[in-house]
Amino acid sequence: MTPIILVCAMAFLLLGALGAVLGRRPSGHVVVYGGSLAVAGVALLASLTQLCFGIAPVPRVLLPIGLPGLGMHFTMDDLASLFLIITNLGAAAASLFALGYGRHEHEPWRILPFYPVFLAAMNLVVIAADAYGFLLCWELMSVASWGLVMAHHTDAAIRRAGTIYLLMASAGTLALLLCFGLLAGAHGHYAFAAMRNAHRSSWIGALVIILALIGAGSKAGLVPMHVWLPHAHPAAPSHVSALMSGVMTKVAIYAFIRIVFDLVGPAAWWWGLVVLLVGGMTAVLGVLYALMEDDIKTILAYSTIENVGLIFVGLGLALAFKADGMMIAAALALTAALFHALNHMLFKSTLFFGAGAIQHATGTRDLAQLGGLIHRMKISTVPMLIAAMAIAALPPLNGFASEWLLLQAILLSPALPQFGLKLAVPAIGALVALSTAFASACFVRFYGIAYLGRARSPEAATAHETDRFSRGAMIGLAGLCLAAGVLPGLVIDVLAPVTHALLGARLPAQAGLAWLAVVPVASSQSSYDPLLIAVFIAISGGLTALTLYRFGSRVTRRAPAWACGYQERDPAALRGTGQYSPSGFAQPIRRVFATLMFRAHDDVVLPPPGDIGPARLTHHWTDPVWAALYTPLVSTIGLIAERMNRLQFLSIRKYLGFVFVALVVLLMWTALWT
Amino acid sequence: MDLIVPLLLQLFQIGLVILVAPLLAGFVRLLKARLQRRSGPPLLQIYRDLAKLTGKDAIVAGDASWLIVLAPYAIFVLTWIAAALVPSFATGLPFSGAGDLIAVVALLGTARFFQMLAALDVATAFGGLGASREAMFASLAEPAMLMIVFTVAVVAGSSQLSAIADFMHSQAAGLRLSLGLGLVALVIVALAETGRFPVDNPATHLELTMVHEAMVLDYSGRHLALIELAHALKLTLYMSLIACIFVPFGMAGPGAALPALAIALVGYVGKLAAGAVLLAVFETTIAKMRIFRVPNFIGAALMLGLLGTLLLFVSATL
Repeated sequence: MTPIILVCAMAFLLLGALGAVLGRRPSGHVVVYGGSLAVAGVALLASLTQLCFGIAPVPRVLLPIGLPGLGMHFTMDDLASLFLIITNLGAAAASLFALGYGRHEHEPWRILPFYPVFLAAMNLVVIAADAYGFLLCWELMSVASWGLVMAHHTDAAIRRAGTIYLLMASAGTLALLLCFGLLAGAHGHYAFAAMRNAHRSSWIGALVIILALIGAGSKAGLVPMHVWLPHAHPAAPSHVSALMSGVMTKVAIYAFIRIVFDLVGPAAWWWGLVVLLVGGMTAVLGVLYALMEDDIKTILAYSTIENVGLIFVGLGLALAFKADGMMIAAALALTAALFHALNHMLFKSTLFFGAGAIQHATGTRDLAQLGGLIHRMKISTVPMLIAAMAIAALPPLNGFASEWLLLQAILLSPALPQFGLKLAVPAIGALVALSTAFASACFVRFYGIAYLGRARSPEAATAHETDRFSRGAMIGLAGLCLAAGVLPGLVIDVLAPVTHALLGARLPAQAGLAWLAVVPVASSQSSYDPLLIAVFIAISGGLTALTLYRFGSRVTRRAPAWACGYQERDPAALRGTGQYSPSGFAQPIRRVFATLMFRAHDDVVLPPPGDIGPARLTHHWTDPVWAALYTPLVSTIGLIAERMNRLQFLSIRKYLGFVFVALVVLLMWTALWT
Repeated sequence: MDLIVPLLLQLFQIGLVILVAPLLAGFVRLLKARLQRRSGPPLLQIYRDLAKLTGKDAIVAGDASWLIVLAPYAIFVLTWIAAALVPSFATGLPFSGAGDLIAVVALLGTARFFQMLAALDVATAFGGLGASREAMFASLAEPAMLMIVFTVAVVAGSSQLSAIADFMHSQAAGLRLSLGLGLVALVIVALAETGRFPVDNPATHLELTMVHEAMVLDYSGRHLALIELAHALKLTLYMSLIACIFVPFGMAGPGAALPALAIALVGYVGKLAAGAVLLAVFETTIAKMRIFRVPNFIGAALMLGLLGTLLLFVSATL
């Protein structure tokens, strides 16, 4: 299947060229997005065929381009097929959404050339089988997405987002470059197959893990490398935001899995501990940020950070289990992480599509300006509700299924021998539970304030439903959320070859169990059967409604809600008053959880006695990562740059002197090194 | 026959929780009234209230959407299923594999999700107030509950409630410090989640103090009946849960004969009655907390649960 994916990538690149040519024509977006949809569909079918039916005629392709004598290797194993499925499913949905949404774009020529290139690069990263090709495609992916982020570059905030993104992407690639350099060893074996067989000392492996955590983690959004993500993801057009949050973070997770589980060799137990700690902190901090944010797309970007944290918790557990030879438990944790990666693509893409629809319908992304959209956007509100419930990890949807697997994996961890892990894993479990509870609150706030209640602004009151392509994309993905939630056993079976390839162990086949229940590990007897629960919900809900309508009153009357006597007939006068604001909703949680970490505080400004003006309540919070890490970093770099600036104004003698000293130092180094 | 009898028992359990729930809530109310030297409503008053509400027309807030009509059904059905998944008088029933303790907690979470959304749908300050406070309580109570699940599941080697009850019933469980911590934590979580003293006052309509009531102010008729029944079911669920994990004595195993089942049923009702007495005495002797004191109270449960789990991870015998 590798040649098919390569051809698809070429087709994407061709579409990019077409986009550059047709960008200013009205037909441009139909050609580019329609073409991308078709190509992504073909790539999706190819990768599904390989993973589900094991059909893979050509295992490896060597293209004679790239570094002389090296060429570029491409291959597609089970891990790559899984991430190709995630990538191309997300790409197909985003292209379908953009068929409708892209029509409203004011300057399509700034997006159309980059969009297919971005898709091509993500596909190529996943099938690359040598470090050179991988890094080249990785950079192409970063640059193409940077171009998309900068589509509306006239806005100063977006230019700032672009700059931060470019800096963080470069730093991340540098870390990956060093990481692959260490993996290639002294003789420079750049092909993954050669790296896999190389023997390296344990400290090199440890260094590789740290560099992979920085390099892939900065792209995925691990705290503290997450700072670019809440700026860059919302800045892009919504279908690109969906791709960046739903798919590009998954490509970064693919890179981490490829390096840590496949290339670097046997794991030490403390690698798992490091990954677990970073993942747990990321999960809780990400969702706390999301809870305090008022911009709908920024909320979604922060929530991506949380979900990446949960995925890394799963990966860390898998690493720890793998290091101690508990392969079934490792397979369970890895399955949970991969399942969650797939789920996150499904619901986060849906949510970003919905946010895009809201932005287009109301012209604002401020939660405090929305409300009552359920009456105006009657159809797209349903997939949004499903996606919000799925991301809040509520049964019987897919988010809970992967979370349940993760918790089952945590329950197997008392058998781990190391004391550090014994103490850390329950604490990480508490962090996971905390982040899930926060996610539930966060998405009640998101959905409840944006869609329910009364409109808080005239724009929200006159919002309109989105077009049929966008609705189709949202409904399709939400339907998959439901399907994967009710039939998680099938997904686990699809993931089994991946864990088998990476760990040599797989979960028992789930498809044959009665009622399609999920029993991941036979010894713990724990089972979960969402299909049965869904059937119960349907039957008992139907019975309840029937009973009530048979024996009770069937009448439903409408009446104004009682609001303590404060009742005004004029809806415009009531706008924005009476209802809870988004920051008001988050205030108790902010006060209880964010006072210490984020230095959140509320300021009450009372008018002086005799003044009949309103009192004002404002709230502030600071990002501890910016304050503790990036602000000092930026000022240090500035300071060094200022000092180094003197070097530009030296005499020719001094420059010659520098060159001479440098030469001597280098010569001595070479002499001593050998 | 091998299949029919367990299935019938399962159906009986599903029906039992819904029949016994209003009785339990009414019993607690009556006991509290007597402890406060009031005569209190008759024991069966809640059934009468439910019947009366069912016959009344439902009135829905003017600005609300279809969600507020759907929510009472969702809340009731999800709570009912969660309550039916907790073994009451018998373990090993056919559908006990449908969901473990984690799934029970999550089903209640889904019900709460709908409750909070519906509260925001009414578009009054009360709904937002209730939902916002509920979100804060839940963001502490849910992790605390999961820590308790971890404690119990690590001891019993499974998160399946039937397996937990069977294990606790056997001699292998013994007295453990971690289980003691888990019990205290579970009682705190149960008080918070069912909206009892000192976290919330189930009888209040005072705007400064109410949490749960603020969210359900705008329901009426059959919708209110469903919400009230769901609330009573939740109380039953938590009492059954405590009984099933910590006092599983007398529960009938799989394939038990009729006398054993009868004894188990009487035992279950007795456990609920004992729980009601304890709850009524506790609620009468304690005052309600200020809203921002509650996080310390539920946070204590989280810490106790975490401590219990940590003890178990460090040493299997504690």
